[in-house]
Amino acid sequence: MNAAGILQIVIFFAVVTAGAIPLGTYMARVYSGEKTWLDPVFKPIEHLIYKICLIKPDQEQHWTVYAFSCLVFSVIGLLLMYAVMRLQALLPLNPAEMSAVAPDLAFNTAVSFTTNTNWQNYGGESTMAYLTQMLGMTVKNFVSAATGMAVLVALVRGFARRQAKTVGNFYVDSVRSVLYVLLPLSIVVTLALVWQGMPQNLDAYVEATTLEGAKQVIAQGPVASQVAIKHLGTNGGGFFNANSAHPFENPTALTNLIEMAGQLLISAGLVFAFGRMIGDKRQARALYIAMAAMLAVGIGFAYWAEAGGNPQVQAMGVDIASTDTAPGGNMEGKEVRFGIANSAIFAASTTGTSCGAVNSMHDSFTPIGGMVPLVNIMLGEVIFGGVGAGLHGMIVFVIVAVFIAGLMVGRTPEYLGKKMEAKEVKLAVLCILIFPLSILGFGALAMVLPVGLSSIAAPGPHGLSEVLYAFTSATGNNGSAFGGLSGNTLFYNTTLAAAMLIGRFLIIVPTLAIAGSLAAKKIVPPSAGTFPTHGSLFIGLLIAVIVVIGGLTFFPVLALGPIVEHFSLAAGTLF
Amino acid sequence: MFKQILPAILLTLLLSLLLGLGYPLAMTGIAGTLFPAQAHGSLIERNGQVVGSALIGQGFDKPEYFHSRPSATTGADPADSTKTVPSPYNASNSMGSNASPSSKAYIESTQALVDQIKAENPEARIPVPVDLVTASGSGLDPHVSPAAIEYQLPRVAKARHVAEAELRALVASQAEGRMLGILGEARVNVLKLNLALDERWPQAK
Repeated sequence: MNAAGILQIVIFFAVVTAGAIPLGTYMARVYSGEKTWLDPVFKPIEHLIYKICLIKPDQEQHWTVYAFSCLVFSVIGLLLMYAVMRLQALLPLNPAEMSAVAPDLAFNTAVSFTTNTNWQNYGGESTMAYLTQMLGMTVKNFVSAATGMAVLVALVRGFARRQAKTVGNFYVDSVRSVLYVLLPLSIVVTLALVWQGMPQNLDAYVEATTLEGAKQVIAQGPVASQVAIKHLGTNGGGFFNANSAHPFENPTALTNLIEMAGQLLISAGLVFAFGRMIGDKRQARALYIAMAAMLAVGIGFAYWAEAGGNPQVQAMGVDIASTDTAPGGNMEGKEVRFGIANSAIFAASTTGTSCGAVNSMHDSFTPIGGMVPLVNIMLGEVIFGGVGAGLHGMIVFVIVAVFIAGLMVGRTPEYLGKKMEAKEVKLAVLCILIFPLSILGFGALAMVLPVGLSSIAAPGPHGLSEVLYAFTSATGNNGSAFGGLSGNTLFYNTTLAAAMLIGRFLIIVPTLAIAGSLAAKKIVPPSAGTFPTHGSLFIGLLIAVIVVIGGLTFFPVLALGPIVEHFSLAAGTLF
Repeated sequence: MFKQILPAILLTLLLSLLLGLGYPLAMTGIAGTLFPAQAHGSLIERNGQVVGSALIGQGFDKPEYFHSRPSATTGADPADSTKTVPSPYNASNSMGSNASPSSKAYIESTQALVDQIKAENPEARIPVPVDLVTASGSGLDPHVSPAAIEYQLPRVAKARHVAEAELRALVASQAEGRMLGILGEARVNVLKLNLALDERWPQAK
């Protein structure tokens, strides 16, 4: 660890916060239907879309209809993407002549991109045609992000409204998310990325003759337009197999900062938008501080562990000191232009959010360094989390936290003037229980079945970490991986797809149920007995609830994986 | 409920056209006009022939070139296309080793790399820098650290029959610091450095 690394961590937080505050104000206007400065450009397009698609923008939906629309829209998108992958050999824009994607892999991939997970059991440049990357991946990156944002907005309306029957219109919220937030930001980011060296073309792969006379076939493609939304929409699915470690997908330290800040920007901005929409910015500030504090701790652990390097490699006389002329630390799976600090920030922020892009290979992190991304996802993808999904997940934890506080003082808990009664608390606990059920359930299944065990690359406790990471990533809709696991098998394609669907829709539906239930309630004015939810006491309680629930649930399995591996490695025991 | 399904179908189709064709194609057009070199992969030509990309690393084995980092990329086995074999710096199949830090195989192969590098650079005056014995995340890392260049410098100077001080001056002209003095890490682009070497001290063919 050195001063230059710590300075870059500080810059990262400063950039995110400086971008998120104005974006939050802007998004609050977008979702409240107020005027924005992009209206002259997008208002006519928006109304044209409603007209063509038979959407009645003034017609608001009950939460059940909102949820139904969300599910139908997701299923139709999933089917279309599946079809594109199966038919890509017959379609245009396929200069590398990719053949049709196998049925189980196409199913897994379609589910993966529909659920905003972007788990990838394939290498982009060796599997997907350009048209598939555009019509499949890029479209889904926008649409799945917009879906998460819409669900959040419905939940926020549940708090903001009193005795209302409806929570908004799903199609309107989705279209506005795409047109006013995701698309304009993507256009700006795309151009910045190309300026820094990211390809954006439809060229055939280029054959070069290297200085030593070897043939090198260099993959090309419409990379930047997909990578921009991949980060802004916390999708994370790489254009290339190596994702943002690939120099075409992340050419410089500046693109790295854009990508890292980009994957937090909207999630962080939505926290501030939430504050404005409920008319109490202090509440947003409290949630922001809780999220940023947990992210900072994760970055710190990852940076410390990776800068410490691999003790066995150091024992060979290899220089692992971080200096101005060498990155040092554990460089296996990392790129020189990013070094240790930027790999640690990226790993923690891509898993605190549900992005899942990687600029270094998590599988080759030291045991403790690799545990940071794993734990970040296990905590429920609420450390900013996915766009929309992160904040609605966080609000679920807030409901549990005020419930616990209420138990302690013997009062009916309330949050933002809404009484949290048995129904809301039950639904919140349901959301929280989905995680351990799916992760530990599928993980256990994989550990007892030969088809589960045969895909593991690493021997010993690291093998358990690989499987655990896969189901954690799928359930958390993250998409990053311990890449050693061979996921492209019938067993993993289907079980991971199931985990992704469970982790997405079995959380969205109860969340919308909470939204509907809250919208129907009165708002009670705060009294002397109301537990304030904007102070440091509440921030501490909220973090404690998240960590204790995650800790109690997953500590035993973490002890068998990364923790035992850490102590073995230090003692010189290899597997 | 049916009246919710038709909008879902129409919206899916319309957004697919807008975001799946309109947006990426427009970006391709604009980016190709504003930044043509970058948009097409930052390709480098020498004598009219594409020798690589400024952003994509390539493998070097000869003593007179500076060597890149180890690469874990694979390619199809020429003998059996259903299998893969190691194919370093395969720029159409990026990947890292995904090696587990506690696996015996990984520690043994790293030890072999350390031994090999020490044997290739008997005159090196500094300890082996870690980036020279670890595979990058992409397998296509175009850079090595300045320390990794300094480690190899005596070997290259000897193979090129040039004074170390002269070679060090050329290296200094190719070294890149942190962006804006802050972001990222100091590094040297191996392909660009080797091209500069060839230009300054041409090789007898």
